[in-house]
Amino acid sequence: MLRFAFKRLVSLGLSLVVASVVIFLFVEVVPGDPAAYMLGLNATEETLAALREQLGLSGTLAERYLSWVGGMLRGDFGTSYTYRTPVSEMIADRMWISLPLAIYALTLSTLIAFPAGIWAASKRGSAADVSVMGLTQLGVAIPNFWFAMLMVLVFAINLRWFSAGGFAGWEAGVYPAMKSLTLPAIALALPQASILARVMRSSLLDTLSEDFIRTARAKGLTKRQALWRHALRNALIPVLTIIGLQFSFLLAGAIIIENVFFLPGLGRLVFQAISARDLIVVESVVMLLVFAVIVVNFAVDIAYAAVDPRLRVRG
Amino acid sequence: MTEAGFLGAALRSRSLVLGAILTAVFVLAAVVSFLWVPHDVTAMDIPNRMKGPEGAHPLGTDHFGRDILSMIMVGARTSIAVAVVAVGIGMVLGVPLGLAAAARKGSLLDEVIMRGNDLVFAFPSLLIAIMITAVFGASALNAIIAIGIFNIPVFARLTRGAALSLWTRDYVMAARVAGKGATRISFEHILPNVTNLLIVQGTIQFSLGILAEAALSYVGLGAQPPLPSWGRMLADSQTMISIAPHMAIFPGLAILLTVLGLNLMGDGLRDLFDPKIRRVGR
Repeated sequence: MLRFAFKRLVSLGLSLVVASVVIFLFVEVVPGDPAAYMLGLNATEETLAALREQLGLSGTLAERYLSWVGGMLRGDFGTSYTYRTPVSEMIADRMWISLPLAIYALTLSTLIAFPAGIWAASKRGSAADVSVMGLTQLGVAIPNFWFAMLMVLVFAINLRWFSAGGFAGWEAGVYPAMKSLTLPAIALALPQASILARVMRSSLLDTLSEDFIRTARAKGLTKRQALWRHALRNALIPVLTIIGLQFSFLLAGAIIIENVFFLPGLGRLVFQAISARDLIVVESVVMLLVFAVIVVNFAVDIAYAAVDPRLRVRG
Repeated sequence: MTEAGFLGAALRSRSLVLGAILTAVFVLAAVVSFLWVPHDVTAMDIPNRMKGPEGAHPLGTDHFGRDILSMIMVGARTSIAVAVVAVGIGMVLGVPLGLAAAARKGSLLDEVIMRGNDLVFAFPSLLIAIMITAVFGASALNAIIAIGIFNIPVFARLTRGAALSLWTRDYVMAARVAGKGATRISFEHILPNVTNLLIVQGTIQFSLGILAEAALSYVGLGAQPPLPSWGRMLADSQTMISIAPHMAIFPGLAILLTVLGLNLMGDGLRDLFDPKIRRVGR
């Protein structure tokens, strides 16, 4: 197990290095000098040089890369070209919306998908199964930002249960803050829950047809007991993988959904930064999200190697 | 299966028939839009703006008085074009990579290709799109590139996985004994046998491409005006949703039905190509 974890850790490190190089080089190819852009046409050569120094734009390509990565490791993401404030502060502020939103959506998605998938599998071929599968077909096909708009129309504009957008702020208390994240979280969760329910159902059906389930039934367990005591645990492995993958989709999907609800999270930050050509902000947020994706997938790998010893060998 | 038997099974598959009909409607709408649309999509008609569905405008008009049905028809072109090219990029680059990785299993080449795939997978297509548009600006072309890049590892992985099992078959062994090289075997014996899988996955990636294009256009990173696009129609409708809900409902339904059609078709094709699954009826 330790060897497996070590191997995965090395590959985690490598992925992070390569990803950071790709992101860095990508933004480096942009023509134009951010310092000149910030100071305008009348800037003198000295002030430009001083600002470049301050922004970490002087030196060779390798030096700039190392100072960028080194800074990030210390929690210093540089200074925004347009706001002149540290990028790390801007990210920290907005993270308190995007991260809870992604976790909220993941929780909802799991809470919907598990019972739906298990129910459909246990009643295979029945009307219940067919209707759950039909609903998930719709859930996968619906664009989540459109679903979000429809929910605003129904629950915010017509019924007035929720506000149509904006964020109450955590200072206002947990309940108002969570309430303003509820419609966005449902919109994010719906397609993911549909995928997860389908995976749960088919994984459970695969497991139910295996020999050890027949043995369990032969021992005198009812169908229900066999499902809950033996099949479920074994069916969870592919489901865990999908949950891990979904976290990254939720973080990225939050970028779009935040725009529907005018939530001041990382997504809004990225779009403001793109239109202001504030590339250091774009670069940092993208790196952060990719970091999250890679680390979560690593954690999932380790988690199910712990659950299922067979997977350790494959590495 | 004989050809007639295959066609019969295809027609008996409800999801395949329904999916094919839905898909055909939107492809047809896109094709017809080149020859004829009910109203000019660039013509503004302010006195008739935000009209609900009625005789001359079956799906109503938008905030500039443009006909929504016509815009959905022209928008279908954008969606389909972006998704088709993006799937094409994924297949043209991903399939040979997968074939090469399988042919040289365990080699450095295999390792490089597979780790490269993992790396691209770490960037959700939206992040690729954000980086590309941040650097090169927003356009339909950049949306195609972003979605296309995301498709490469999907096809590479699928092809490699399927090809690996084919390499152990007797007929491949026979081809090797006959002196055929790895490249020739890959293209003459492996590729034809993974085509079915590629068609099924292609259909699914096509539907994901349509969703991705809509999302990118919605946030302004995809097709730019005056090119009509379903995602942008939804973005335009958002501030007017309380006074003109039809502006939001119809373009969204267009996306939903197209994606649903493609997914049903993909499911139907998968069952059709894999009789084992069909018999079990999953």
